[in-house]
Amino acid sequence: MLALPAAIALAIALLAASLFVGVYDVVGAEGGGEMFWITRVPRTVALVLSGCAMAVSGLVMQMLTQNRFVDATTSGTTEWAALGLLVTLLVVPTAPLPVQMLVASLAAFAGTLVFLAVLRRIALRSTLVVPLIGIMLGAVVSAVTTYLAATNNALQLLGTWFMGSFTSVVRGRYEVLWAVAIVTILVFVVADRLTVAGLGRDVATTVGVRYEAVVLLGTSLVAVATGVTVVVVGFLPFLGLVVPNIVSLVRGDDLRSNLPWVCVGGVVLVTACDLVGRTVRMPFEVPVSMVLGIVGSAVFIALLLRQRAVRS
Amino acid sequence: MITIEAVDKHYRATRALGPVDLEIASGGLTALVGPNGAGKSTLLTIVGRLLDPDSGRVRVGGLDVVTAKPRELAKVVSILKQENHFVARLTVRQLVSFGRFPHSQGRLTAADREAVDRALAFLDLEGFEERFLDELSGGQRQRAFVAMVLAQDTEVVLLDEPLAALDMRHAAAMMQRLRDAADELGKTIVLVVHDVNFASAYADRIIALADGRIVASGTPEEIMRPEVLSAVFDTPVDVVEHGGQRLAVYYRPDAVPAAAGTGSASASEH
Amino acid sequence: MSAEASVPTVGAEASARPAAAATTRERRVPLAAIVAGAAAALFAVGLLVWGNPVPADQPGFWVIVQSRSVAVATIALVAAAQALATVLFHTATGNRILTPSILGFDALYTLMQTALVFVFGMAATQVEGVGKIVAQSALMVLFATLLYGWLFSGKRANLHVLLLVGVVLGVGFGSVSTFLQRMLTPSEFDVLAARLYGSIGRGNPEVLPWAALVVAAIAVWAWRRRAALDVIALGRDAATSLGLRYRREIVVLLVVVAVLVSVSTTMVGPMTFFGFLVAIMSYQFVSSDRHGQVLPVAVLLGLATLLGAYFVMQHVFAAAGLVSIVIEFVGGLAFLIVILRKGLR
Repeated sequence: MLALPAAIALAIALLAASLFVGVYDVVGAEGGGEMFWITRVPRTVALVLSGCAMAVSGLVMQMLTQNRFVDATTSGTTEWAALGLLVTLLVVPTAPLPVQMLVASLAAFAGTLVFLAVLRRIALRSTLVVPLIGIMLGAVVSAVTTYLAATNNALQLLGTWFMGSFTSVVRGRYEVLWAVAIVTILVFVVADRLTVAGLGRDVATTVGVRYEAVVLLGTSLVAVATGVTVVVVGFLPFLGLVVPNIVSLVRGDDLRSNLPWVCVGGVVLVTACDLVGRTVRMPFEVPVSMVLGIVGSAVFIALLLRQRAVRS
Repeated sequence: MITIEAVDKHYRATRALGPVDLEIASGGLTALVGPNGAGKSTLLTIVGRLLDPDSGRVRVGGLDVVTAKPRELAKVVSILKQENHFVARLTVRQLVSFGRFPHSQGRLTAADREAVDRALAFLDLEGFEERFLDELSGGQRQRAFVAMVLAQDTEVVLLDEPLAALDMRHAAAMMQRLRDAADELGKTIVLVVHDVNFASAYADRIIALADGRIVASGTPEEIMRPEVLSAVFDTPVDVVEHGGQRLAVYYRPDAVPAAAGTGSASASEH
Repeated sequence: MSAEASVPTVGAEASARPAAAATTRERRVPLAAIVAGAAAALFAVGLLVWGNPVPADQPGFWVIVQSRSVAVATIALVAAAQALATVLFHTATGNRILTPSILGFDALYTLMQTALVFVFGMAATQVEGVGKIVAQSALMVLFATLLYGWLFSGKRANLHVLLLVGVVLGVGFGSVSTFLQRMLTPSEFDVLAARLYGSIGRGNPEVLPWAALVVAAIAVWAWRRRAALDVIALGRDAATSLGLRYRREIVVLLVVVAVLVSVSTTMVGPMTFFGFLVAIMSYQFVSSDRHGQVLPVAVLLGLATLLGAYFVMQHVFAAAGLVSIVIEFVGGLAFLIVILRKGLR
């Protein structure tokens, strides 16, 4: 019973560390207080918001597809958001942040629908083939994005934008992230319906859930979370995959009671990775997406091999 | 022909099969029967070397199925599993020709072509040779797969539920062809069947498994008894004779005479 | 039913003597092979002689042809390697929508290149030659053999787990590369980008013979094993019943695919969808799914497509540098269309 409060305490401790770790001495140096409010607080809030949102949207994807290896990374959703962002900036280089977010979210929405449409068409819905197809879709979209970037001389920019990092998350830029807080809350509200929808149209209709509506709602929640996070922070690979999986490993598969755990887990993982990134090569910062990419791929592979062991 | 010694197989912590000791002599048609999860398919798959046993030995025609050369084994034993799903689009003749691969490694000789033709004729597939598999009905497709294992021309032919997805007419016709293959071609055929009445009507020998062990084995006359079947399937089964055939009746267990449900598997002779 | 049974026969000789041919639905030499071969030859010659500034009757003409032949040979090799790799990969995985690049070789290649520039800076541009290529290819093959051998051994061998682990490793490598790229100066990044994105036009004559040898050897090997490849495509159960050591065959196939991909990647950088494009076209154009037909058609189609694309980009759009990016773009779209229209089998 005390486990969840303990996890929350861990998250708070990490967040406190996040507030005080960095090159600039916010306690002793002159103007430290101001720096504290300009960079550290926005950064820490951003960690909470994006960590929660990406972990929870991973869970939503897993409910909708009934496949525990699907999240924004393995469905191409992130790549679509990136494509949307690139197009926006190529067409209107001065587009304000909300516009960027809107287009990125719309692209992510369209991309996720494409993924779900593909899933509905394939005969071979093996648990492991589904993420492979999602990754292939992501590669297609990346090919398009690369093409656009290469023909517009923006390749290096591409690398810089989509390397997920909280370095540039400062006052005036992070506030839009509050949008994803709404997403997280909505997921709590509609979790049960998402689970039912994941069982398929027939089951959903039988128990009186409007399948199309719920799928669209879930997809748009994921799209907004992904789109906004990509614009403000960048790619956060595997977050939505690793956290829900570890939570259900520890606690079993009761989605509703897992939700707060997934939230806290997302915050803990992304904060810990960010702290590692900030401290490992001081005074430089290692982008959080790289730390996450390494940690996440290692954990994912461990999960895969574990599944292999269990199944045989 | 087939010698199974102390074979067992676990899935995780639970024992799926064994320990099983069994001899199946050359020739004839042997049916493996038993309730769901009894280990019939597992046993057949191990004999067909698609699955390695945890311990024990299986020899077919003198060859140890785990250690013998795959190419030699493929000339002695063939196996057809229930699910066959291919990416490639194949015609019936192409599929059946694959049966000759162990003999010719893909370069068909005149003798290979004759064997293919014989297998096609045996299963009444003449006229369908150039049809693609996905253009066939379920019964025709199943015949094409059986033709492939017959073209392989092995002494031992293992079939995992060859009657699944066939209606009455096609199921009976398939069993008759397998019966003919045993009688006319001298094959040793071992198959898993779900419906004991097919085993009763066509098999020379019935082997009943339950909980991963052989619980009864003998001729249809020995196995098709109320007390034996009731014990094997753990449900009341009566046996009636009709036109010289022994038929198991198990619909509405409450209507089966009480005497039927009390026997034990005493007919076991292995 | 009887109407369906009367199948249009392609070869009259075969239908007269049914036992003589494997099937009457197959042409001995597929039409697609002839057309693709002719197109490939045409584009190759076009690339060599078209737009040559020196008139044909002067010796300088042949000097230019010779210097262009390096690029043409590079394109041809890459096309053949990608086509073979993708078809063999489809056979090994029993799946026609994955591409071998999914196994993380491109990512490993990108990582190695990035690390080179990162560690040695601009000096890395001077490190060229056979030694580097051999070392890179050896590293990739070693990685492939260890990974597949490990993942596909024991009782728990599972092809899908293997693929997914490869993909995820690729993402892990990608994270490291992106991070390292971020640490580069813009001029260093330009050097790297030139290496990573389509250097088709700048073939390295020193490497060509080696690469050609490897690709040719694999092509011969695949051709000789075409019947076994047909059996492998039937899947584990059928292949085992027909006397193949399935697990070993798959690991060997995957390592061969890895070799082909690394040869191609070393020469012109990563390509994800070109092979897919070519393989899908071959399956469409060939009347039978036998490797004896699919493999040659895929190779010839690959040659025709890549040489043609290069010819068109160079002489029509004057943008030869973007060839592989454009092909990836088109291939990606083709993938999307195929998967949305047909779904998977």
